[in-house]
Amino acid sequence: MIEINKVHKSFGDLEVIKGVDLTVDKGEVVSIIGGSGSGKSTLLMCINGLEKIQSGSIRVDGTEVHDKGTDINKLRQKIGIVFQQWNAFPHLTVLENVMLAPRKVLGKSRAEAEEVAVNQLNHVGLGDKIKVFPGTLSGGQQQRMAIARALAMSPDYMLFDEATSALDPQLVGEVLDTVRMLADDGMTMVLVTHEIHFARDVSDRVAFFRNGLVHEIGTPDQVINNPQKPETIAFLKSVS
Amino acid sequence: MFDYTFQWGAALKALPDLLNGAVVTFNTAALSMIFGVLIALILAVMRETRNPLLNGIANTWVSIARNTPALFQIYLMYFGVGAFGFHVSSWAALVIGISFNNAGYLAENFRGGLKAVPETQRFAARSLGMTAYQTYRLIVVPQMLRVVFYPITNQMVWAVLMTSLGVIVGLNNDITGVAQEYNVRTYRTFEFFALAAVLYYVTAKLIVIVARLLSWRLFRY
Amino acid sequence: MLSTSLTMSDLLFLLHGAWVTLQLTFWAMLLGTIAGVVFGLLRALMPNASRPLGWVLDAFRSVPLLIQFVLFNSLKSIVGLDWSAFAVGCIVLGVYSAAFCTEIVRSGVLAVPMTVRRAARSLGLTYSQDLRYIVFPMATRIAFPGWLNVVLSTMKDTALVMWIGIIELLRASQIVVTRIQEPLLVLCIAGLIYYVISLVVSRLGARLETRWQEND
Repeated sequence: MIEINKVHKSFGDLEVIKGVDLTVDKGEVVSIIGGSGSGKSTLLMCINGLEKIQSGSIRVDGTEVHDKGTDINKLRQKIGIVFQQWNAFPHLTVLENVMLAPRKVLGKSRAEAEEVAVNQLNHVGLGDKIKVFPGTLSGGQQQRMAIARALAMSPDYMLFDEATSALDPQLVGEVLDTVRMLADDGMTMVLVTHEIHFARDVSDRVAFFRNGLVHEIGTPDQVINNPQKPETIAFLKSVS
Repeated sequence: MFDYTFQWGAALKALPDLLNGAVVTFNTAALSMIFGVLIALILAVMRETRNPLLNGIANTWVSIARNTPALFQIYLMYFGVGAFGFHVSSWAALVIGISFNNAGYLAENFRGGLKAVPETQRFAARSLGMTAYQTYRLIVVPQMLRVVFYPITNQMVWAVLMTSLGVIVGLNNDITGVAQEYNVRTYRTFEFFALAAVLYYVTAKLIVIVARLLSWRLFRY
Repeated sequence: MLSTSLTMSDLLFLLHGAWVTLQLTFWAMLLGTIAGVVFGLLRALMPNASRPLGWVLDAFRSVPLLIQFVLFNSLKSIVGLDWSAFAVGCIVLGVYSAAFCTEIVRSGVLAVPMTVRRAARSLGLTYSQDLRYIVFPMATRIAFPGWLNVVLSTMKDTALVMWIGIIELLRASQIVVTRIQEPLLVLCIAGLIYYVISLVVSRLGARLETRWQEND
């Protein structure tokens, strides 16, 4: 379970998160929608400690993320994150990209790590690309590789930070299909996304972010099909 | 007006000794590069930190290395450090001096190399649970290496050329040192030093060729 | 206050050495720049015909400067020329810096985008007009920072002329060291002078560069 309590986060003088409360239960898929600069991506970075917070608390399975005593590297092993810019490691092959963390962080042997990696790459449909360098792949393929790389750590949670917004339109589908597959497998996920229709289809709950706060939250039916607040209605109108 | 006869035979007899000198030259340059690269990495990281003391030390190092002659730096090691009562041999002064110079120039290149690796690569690595050290060793440095590989090769060639300065502080077993020994004995200056020049040229070209082969092997992506 | 036997005349001696360093740098750069521009243009505009020139210049860059001083000096006596050591210093340094200037001029000219040159020709400019009004002004700006680096390294390389008997800054400091036996102090003063010259040259260069950029 991810529990976010009254989190504040600023970059210098600019406060981007202004007291967010949000809880994600085990097995739940929560989508976060909202305009750019509403603080939704920053919140994801805070959940696995890539960005520090100024006040409030974030707990993952009861462990405080921003506590100095927490072994953040250990905690990150159970939270996978996929970025907008897929961030493939360009100097490693696809297989090596996926094997790296299981070997170096989890201490698996080469053979074990390779087995895990090949499985995950088959899972996302890249089984025939394991020997090539990421630079030769399309954006959609690189993003699926990034998903496999995160999954190879057998995380309990997956965070997606606008995973499709840097992709050409015709490549969005293959990545969304992969995410949908994970949702069907029961993975706990937080998706920051611009794909409203997709959010409606896969999510258990949808949160609309505005000005660094959760402005409206509920089931997809409540928030997307029957929004109550005027700002939510305006936003949905602007993106559809 | 031109009554000089070149005596290449005498010079060729010196070839085995000069070749031994070439080995010394190469080893000295290689050693100074190993020190130079390691120190430059440290200096580059020091300049990235916000600690004013670390910053100051690194910046001073880089700017002295780049703004004074290499020969001056070698002198400072040979005569200057000697003033504290340590005896520094010619060879040690040469190695330390060139290492100091290499580190200063390479630190500047490495800074550019570090900038060339996007911050998001660090995020991605840390998000997989890697420690800061693992992230540097496995993700940042290998990618930086590609950017700084050509400057490193260049600096290695420079290091070879700089070793010739050893003769000024009394080194007598590198290429220039050996040529000078023969020169003092026979006064066949032109022949010996022409041969020395050829050896330096060949050494420099070999380094460039090997580096090119190595870069094909290393950077397949 | 530390006591020192460094006298005012020693200091003046060092400054005189620095003046010799500056003179050497000036003449060497004059020679190196003129030759470098001519050779660089040849290399850029007639790459095939000038290839042997490229090999020769590459050899100058791949052999230690110290060896070049010794070789030229002994060649001078073999041929029987009665040139001063200062002239030898200027010529060897000049040729050495020409080898570097050539590469800088060449890559400056080649860095002018083909599309710009095509645009110039499409307006009816002749080949030589294109070179004069488009290529040279652009190449000069591209090449300037590299040229400034050559100035700085030539200034530092003048230290090597001590080997053929010229008393420049570093040799002057060595002479003072031998006299007063305070190597650290004297070398630090010499180093400081080099440092200040470098700093002044690079500041002037940076100022010139920003002035150009304002006009862009």
